[in-house]
Amino acid sequence: MPASRGVSVLQALRYRGRQGMLAWTLHRLTGLGIVLFVGMHVVAAFFLQQFGDPLATALTAFYESWFTQIFVYFCVLYHALNGGRLALMDLFPGLLRYQHELVWLQWAVFAPAFLVPVFFLIRSGLFPS
Amino acid sequence: MSISPRARPTGSWEHLLWTFTRLSGLALLLFGAFSLAMGFVYGGRTQLDLPGFMRWMFFPNPNHVVNSDIPDVTAGWSNAFWQIYSMLMIALASAHAMNGVRMVLEDYLKRPLAVAVLRMLIGGLWIAALIVAVYVILAS
Repeated sequence: MPASRGVSVLQALRYRGRQGMLAWTLHRLTGLGIVLFVGMHVVAAFFLQQFGDPLATALTAFYESWFTQIFVYFCVLYHALNGGRLALMDLFPGLLRYQHELVWLQWAVFAPAFLVPVFFLIRSGLFPS
Repeated sequence: MSISPRARPTGSWEHLLWTFTRLSGLALLLFGAFSLAMGFVYGGRTQLDLPGFMRWMFFPNPNHVVNSDIPDVTAGWSNAFWQIYSMLMIALASAHAMNGVRMVLEDYLKRPLAVAVLRMLIGGLWIAALIVAVYVILAS
């Protein structure tokens, strides 16, 4: 409920928080994405194993698909790298002097670590051998 | 130029959880790095595909790698060490996650009754997740 804070959606979109705003938003969304994925996985695996439930079969097919794997890999990798950066900056406040550079370092680590596995996931997803 | 730390919550309980979130997050990074490294040590490079490696890294459970080219998961992949390791990982991750969900929702819920109900719901989910996790780990 953004209204309770006196901020409309339009104001929120116009607010240019730059790097920090993007990191805060992505950290929340990826964290909730992980909870969603793990919760779905645990529930589906339990009902599939115990009852062979058809809904659980469909859920399992969904979360084992290559696009869900790309989504959850994005969530885990971003949340891990960004959380690691935040934790290190909080434990060693001297790093805050370089916080701008640290964000770029984070993206420099993220890009290859995300894109290389995604290339193979898409290739094996589109052209199963 | 002196740099002041980022804002951190006051009050001993919120500050404890603030510290826990950071330390458990860093610990989970090390847990993931170690199980990934041990997957390579066990010969996963030729026996696991990419998703298999990811499943093993995030939750080192033999059920996560049994559908691969590993001839026998009982050699290294399935023992008490990984059971204890997984339980530690689940304990840290579920507390980290449930506290994170609580913090996100409490940014939007302000009424004391709603917050109290929310905390009980999340606490119940947390206990349920721990029970399911211990069952899954001990049964595999």
